[in-house]
Amino acid sequence: MTSRIGVVTFPGSLDDHDARRAVERAGATAVSLWHADPDLHGVDAVILPGGFSYGDYLRCGAIARFAPVMTELIPAAAKGLPVLGICNGFQILCEAHLLPGALTRNRARRFINRDITISIENTASAWTGQYQQGQQISVVLKSGEGAYVADAETLAALDAGGLVLARYAAGNPNGSVCDIAGVTNEAGNVAGLMPHPEHAVDALTGPGDDGLGFFTSVLLHGVIAAGLA
Amino acid sequence: MTSYQVTRPAAQDTVAQARETPDRAQPFRELGLTAPEYDRVTALLGRRPTDAELAIYSVMWSEHCSYKSSRRHLKQFAEKAPQTGVLLAGIGHNAGVVDIGHGYAVTFKIESHNHPSFVEPFQGAATGVGGIVRDILAMGARPVAVMDALRFGPADAADTHRVLPGVVSGISFYGNCLGLPNIGGELAFDSCYAGNPLVNALCVGVLRPEDLKLAAATGPGNKVILFGSRTGPDGIGGASVLASASFGGGAGRAGGEGAKRPSVQVGDPFMEKLLVECCLELYRADLVVGIQDLGAAGVACATTELAAGGGTGMRVRLDAVPLRDSSLGPAEILMSESQERMMAIVAPGDEESFLQICARWDVQATVIGEVTDSGRLEMTWHGEQVVNIPPGSAADDGPVYDRPLRRPDSQDSLQADDPARLARPADGAQLRAALLAVLGSPDAADKKWVTEQYDCYVRGDTVLSAPHDAGVLRIDEQTGLGVALATDGNGRYCQLDPYAGTQLALSEAHRNVAVTGARPLAVTNCLNFGSPEDPAVMWQFAEAVRGLADGCLALGTPVTGGNVSFYNQTGGVAIHPTPVVGVLGVHDDVRRRVRTGFGAAGASVVLLGHTRPEFGGSLWAWVAHRHLGGLPPAVDFAAEQRLADALVTAAASGLLDSAHDLSDGGLAVALAEACLGGRTGCTVTLPGDPFTLLFSESAARAVVAVRPGAEQAFAGLCARGGVPAFVIGVTGGESLRVNDLEIPLRELAAAHQAPLPALFG
Repeated sequence: MTSRIGVVTFPGSLDDHDARRAVERAGATAVSLWHADPDLHGVDAVILPGGFSYGDYLRCGAIARFAPVMTELIPAAAKGLPVLGICNGFQILCEAHLLPGALTRNRARRFINRDITISIENTASAWTGQYQQGQQISVVLKSGEGAYVADAETLAALDAGGLVLARYAAGNPNGSVCDIAGVTNEAGNVAGLMPHPEHAVDALTGPGDDGLGFFTSVLLHGVIAAGLA
Repeated sequence: MTSYQVTRPAAQDTVAQARETPDRAQPFRELGLTAPEYDRVTALLGRRPTDAELAIYSVMWSEHCSYKSSRRHLKQFAEKAPQTGVLLAGIGHNAGVVDIGHGYAVTFKIESHNHPSFVEPFQGAATGVGGIVRDILAMGARPVAVMDALRFGPADAADTHRVLPGVVSGISFYGNCLGLPNIGGELAFDSCYAGNPLVNALCVGVLRPEDLKLAAATGPGNKVILFGSRTGPDGIGGASVLASASFGGGAGRAGGEGAKRPSVQVGDPFMEKLLVECCLELYRADLVVGIQDLGAAGVACATTELAAGGGTGMRVRLDAVPLRDSSLGPAEILMSESQERMMAIVAPGDEESFLQICARWDVQATVIGEVTDSGRLEMTWHGEQVVNIPPGSAADDGPVYDRPLRRPDSQDSLQADDPARLARPADGAQLRAALLAVLGSPDAADKKWVTEQYDCYVRGDTVLSAPHDAGVLRIDEQTGLGVALATDGNGRYCQLDPYAGTQLALSEAHRNVAVTGARPLAVTNCLNFGSPEDPAVMWQFAEAVRGLADGCLALGTPVTGGNVSFYNQTGGVAIHPTPVVGVLGVHDDVRRRVRTGFGAAGASVVLLGHTRPEFGGSLWAWVAHRHLGGLPPAVDFAAEQRLADALVTAAASGLLDSAHDLSDGGLAVALAEACLGGRTGCTVTLPGDPFTLLFSESAARAVVAVRPGAEQAFAGLCARGGVPAFVIGVTGGESLRVNDLEIPLRELAAAHQAPLPALFG
């Protein structure tokens, strides 16, 4: 039996197609979840994909956070369901307070689409177990509001808990505080990442396949593996 | 449109009133119609038009919608079209559709949004993207990528710093929010575009041939459904007032154009994304009989074209159109260019399912009328008839002008001003300086400052994007079937010789597609010119169209559609004639695509094609001497075709590591870009006069790196195919070496990459 990974489509989601393809490439079954359907359909993990949910009106992720699907997702995440938010998905997780901090406009006030290198800082999360501590991988950054910010207390807690998932290596592209590219919660099941691992699963269409590890990691993660056994 | 008064619903001009008050003066001139055109409307209707009818004719008979000055010339595209059998829908539809085999069809088109982008750069460019995407969507296709061809005034001019960042962020905002990868395009600068930037947006879509949709209102009794955004006062008269007239004096100053700003529409890419997904679901459910996007001329255009296309009539209740501004009357509703709207023809039994799918996507949908068999387009406003016209009279039977054309006297002296007289680099140091100057000129410089603002990855099928010679998209994951697209244009060449210059643009786009390994298949075009009322401009236009039609016949690639943008002039000064030509090619397997940059070290560098001393209109002549004169490079379609055949065969056989087209800046720029693109240097030995070999812009040339071990096979292929091939060097090292000249890649990169960020921050 293969794992079933849900990918939520909000109005304005754009990388849902790519996230499903990455899930399938990792060997799992991708399940499309609809923003208006408050049912997770028994999936083993959920990805909130990139895009401009609800047109980014009000504030990125601020409206999506109240979508019917989130009323199920938020308690499920609290109980340990692996959740990965990529780009706009990361913004939604911050708005939903499943992750600390917030994402603000890039330092240069312009959208940035660029192949970048990040360093994996936490390999205990549900989504990064297949990487080595400090491993540098090539992924795609494409966002206008990707600068991570948090207050000093939160940053200290992130550091103390080893909750920074990844940092920008080889230069900070957008002004994120402490070069933070992604964070995870204390339980390690909820992760948010500004760059796009799903665009780096095939050298033909991306900078390489370094991003595939996020999707294979979750399949081998304890919660899912135990559920399938 | 400040001159057009907003009128209250109660005081509408009806058909009955038009009959009763035949002599009432009407503001036809303010709406862009001439007196003879107004008389023609009156004769056609047998009475004066109502205000609403006048609104319809003024926008539908505008240059932008009616092609009244260009139509006589454009018919050559059909008359001279090569018989390839790949065209499923051609000129006259929202976009051309080409069969690419394996059960797939592709639709693509390029369109201008020049005037709005000067008046309001961000929204003008954004809605340009939105408009072309809806054209593609209306054919029944999923839009899968966009490209844009841009021209601005001098890179260091103050107004360019207002226009360029706005245009780029508008394209970035709209395209990125829509989830369409931007896979390439062009960016060039010249003072002729200072008051008239060119913003040409291309979209490509994919469909199954059987799912092709047409803009035809068939089946009397079928419902007319307007869906998408509500209608507001934005863009009223955009087609007639903005796109079909020159800007006034005060060249280069936007301030004086403030009065035209309300004619620019405002875009909402989020609504467009919903509209795209909603339409695709409606198509899958087979609920659409006919469909048309609302672009220029809004409801006026959609209703007249749908009814004319179906050979039917239509009854429309204009008061049923959902409004954003309740003070709008029928004329404004008809002319509004509010974005993100579509109009569908739906069988009565499917109405409910149609509305349900729209509701699922939060897209407002309203039945505003029915198809009839009356042959009349009849519209009411709160029960009173305000429009009653034959739809074809507005959509198809507009005025056609045979504008006078005359080759300007100055053309001879321009062509006689031979660049052979220009001082050339005398030694290695000067050659080196010339190479760095050309490579660092705004036209040749790295465009990353622009392309980094565009998402090239979304949808996960982008195989190549900027700065590669062509964008390449995977269409079918199983077989690797894909397409390549390139757009090219060169205003300098066209200024010297519009016939040859247009053919060179076609040649270059053809070559750019072929270097990736794709077989060129079909053509789209965006023809950017000055005022058609100037005989010299009209001559340029006629020559360009003739050149493109003849060229497409020679290359066997039909024109599938396109767009004409006239009145690109401020005061009496027109832009260089700038036809932008887009070529679509097919990859049997995108995994065999060839990249622009050098790959591994140790590959032979081979120059393909003959190099002649051709510097007319060249980038070197412009950068080194600000010289524009002489004749552009010679066109040789037979050589282009042989080159393309060899490149496609070599790519399919896996013989090439890289391939790069030679164009602006010649071999010098091509070698530098190949080195920088692959972060691999090369050592090249050029026999004879290195200056000519480095900077000539002779057509039908490319530079390739041959895979080690494949040298003989490639040489044989070129010999059999009649393609001149000269082994000039080998890849490797950390610098570009040409004879005794050496430029470290670091220095090359600095010269190439620094200019745009330095200019635009």
